[in-house]
Amino acid sequence: MTISRQTITVLTLLLLVGYAVMGLEQTANRETLPNKVTVTYWSGWTGDEAETQRKVIRDFNNSQDKIFVKFLSISGLRSKALLSINGGMPPDIFHTEETDIASFAEFAGMSQARGAEQFLQRDQRAEETDIASFADANALEDLLPMATRDGIKRSDYIPIYWDLLSYDGKLCGMPMTPVSTAMHYNRKFLPPNVQNASQAPKTIEELDALVDKISKKRPDGSLELAGFLPGEPGWWKWAWGYFFGGRLYDEKTQKLTINSPENIRAFDWVGSYAKRFGVSQVQTFQSGFGNFASPQNAFMGNKVASVLQGVWMANFIHLFNPKMDWFAAPFPIPSDRPDLEGANVVGIDAILIPKGAKHVDAAWEFIRYQQTQKAMEKLCAGQSKHSPLAKVSEEFFQLHSNKEIRLFDRLARSKNPITAPKLGIWPQVADELSNALTEINLGKKSSSQALTEVQNRMQPLLDKYLIYVGKKKP
Amino acid sequence: MKSPRTHFRKVESINGYLFALPYIFGFLALTAYPVLYSFYLSFTNYSVLKSPQWVGIENYRELFTDDVFHTAIKNTFIYMLTAVPLGTVMAILLALLLNTKVRGMAFYRTLFFIPSLVPLIATAMLWMWVFNGEYGLLNDGLRRIGVTAPNWMGDPAWAKWTLVIMAVWGTGNAMVIYLAGLQDIPQNLYEAADLDGASPWKKTKAVTLPMLSPVIMFNGIMGMIGGLQQFALPYVMFPGGAPARSTLFVSMYLFDNAFNNQRMGFASAIGWVMFIITLILTLTALKVSDKFVVYDRS
Repeated sequence: MTISRQTITVLTLLLLVGYAVMGLEQTANRETLPNKVTVTYWSGWTGDEAETQRKVIRDFNNSQDKIFVKFLSISGLRSKALLSINGGMPPDIFHTEETDIASFAEFAGMSQARGAEQFLQRDQRAEETDIASFADANALEDLLPMATRDGIKRSDYIPIYWDLLSYDGKLCGMPMTPVSTAMHYNRKFLPPNVQNASQAPKTIEELDALVDKISKKRPDGSLELAGFLPGEPGWWKWAWGYFFGGRLYDEKTQKLTINSPENIRAFDWVGSYAKRFGVSQVQTFQSGFGNFASPQNAFMGNKVASVLQGVWMANFIHLFNPKMDWFAAPFPIPSDRPDLEGANVVGIDAILIPKGAKHVDAAWEFIRYQQTQKAMEKLCAGQSKHSPLAKVSEEFFQLHSNKEIRLFDRLARSKNPITAPKLGIWPQVADELSNALTEINLGKKSSSQALTEVQNRMQPLLDKYLIYVGKKKP
Repeated sequence: MKSPRTHFRKVESINGYLFALPYIFGFLALTAYPVLYSFYLSFTNYSVLKSPQWVGIENYRELFTDDVFHTAIKNTFIYMLTAVPLGTVMAILLALLLNTKVRGMAFYRTLFFIPSLVPLIATAMLWMWVFNGEYGLLNDGLRRIGVTAPNWMGDPAWAKWTLVIMAVWGTGNAMVIYLAGLQDIPQNLYEAADLDGASPWKKTKAVTLPMLSPVIMFNGIMGMIGGLQQFALPYVMFPGGAPARSTLFVSMYLFDNAFNNQRMGFASAIGWVMFIITLILTLTALKVSDKFVVYDRS
């Protein structure tokens, strides 16, 4: 019998298709466990942070026999979550990061210079916006009914962390590890009368005076030590206005308030640092800073005497400059605005259930477990952060690796928390503000001019967006 | 009755189509459909998570009044108009040098080709150290000879030029194509020129460059398209087109709008405008090249 060439071709193709289908099926089989619901959980955490989450997941998986949570560390989480939701195949849980420290660690080996650092910061900025744009698209499950049913309420948390995840009357996610921020000072550069938090500058004016006193220049005019640089690390460029009592958005009128007098005053102050040290001197000085997670970090590498940083900083100091003698204190406020006491940037990592998730109830079971005091403290202590819960055990504070943990807890409860506005076009607004700040620092534009330009450029875009998501009439 | 020959042809053509099927499917599903769909999207407001909303030519109207897009276009053209000619001149000069008969030529050829093999991210990391304002190799050298060194990556006046320098450094691929083109030039033309007593410069001008012109045109057009699509290096080295958008290229603006700002419709409009600009430039280059490119070797 002879077989025609055509038959061989068809058979070959069939074989290939069959092989591919079998392969897919095998992959699918590997992912399921008999008699258990497998909940897939995507997270941007890597390294130690992921390991801490895995420990809590292991506890949960061992605590019952119905649900198996499968944790996956994923890079570029936001765009992958976006596309998977759009494609109708999202994970059961995903986690968004307010402050993507995991990415910093992930890229620590490759980011040998300043630009890569900025590259990572960009990722971080992109993550921050998740809630509003996802919620506007109705892409997230409202967790409020489930939380209410199980007796989980706002008063169980430090209020700002619950509020950050509430949007349009819905609860878009549940709090995970939180962020609060404080000024970190390197004692060895400070004068004898500024050696602890109670002696640290309380006002912007006192900070400026301290910076003038301790900053050092070399004989050729280049900077050797900066008492403080607003551009280091440059993560919360949008937030400066809030330290001066400004706001970026008025939810009631749906108007941006970018060029408000408070914001202009704040950007003038930030710009004054470029003038104080010299534009090119600052540029050259900053280009010599290593990446965040390295001994060449500007603060840990003894190039700046103080830095605005989050609760995680202690961990990095311990890793990269363990001998550093440091303390933390609230960031100063303008002397004419005592009402802003305790102002600090806060944020929260959140755990979310996307619309289209296949195992919503099982996913909620894990989330509920994660919200218990024991599991939350294990996660937060493991990641060197404070707890988002209102009730914190004394043991948590006593065993915590950050000696200033009580300060960060107190700052989280401050009456002046600074949070990014919940805007669907936040990445663009943040980008524009960052660009405006560069132009101000370079002396190309005045604060008033640069911020007015951002205002005029972003408001029409916001109007368009609000019409698109049905929150404003055309 | 069908002749065996006709039957054979039919079977052959069916086999041919069957084997081409994966490609045809891939082309239709993964290239043609997305391209056409992006044309539709360019007339919509589309955030990926919500359905597209028809807005007519609004995206195009916004593009033409968008200062940031104009800055991106300007930066892209400045880069393309400097990096491509400089890269071409450098590649031809290197190819001419590497076409000479000296000992160890294989080593030199490898040496000059290596930069084009370095992955883009590694290239970016390497040059970020070279251009570092405080500790960079380049500035250290400049300071030693008493030159005031600029802050290459932090100063808007210099940032773009770092990318041009890097493009010239990585010109190995074009160089290899020129080298192949040079080796393809018939020796008898040089022999005839020798008989006429032509100087080396005269030979380069009258024989080498005209005979190399089709290759120059090919590389020129590919370089131009590559220049207009410049993305990875500035995206890694200068996020957001920093400092002060001096390195913001069109493809970066497109990517940011599509994947960070979730403005897929607007990004699609940017893509189509760039496609039309590239098409016009390529057609113009082909038309103009009629006068300069020598195809006939007879």
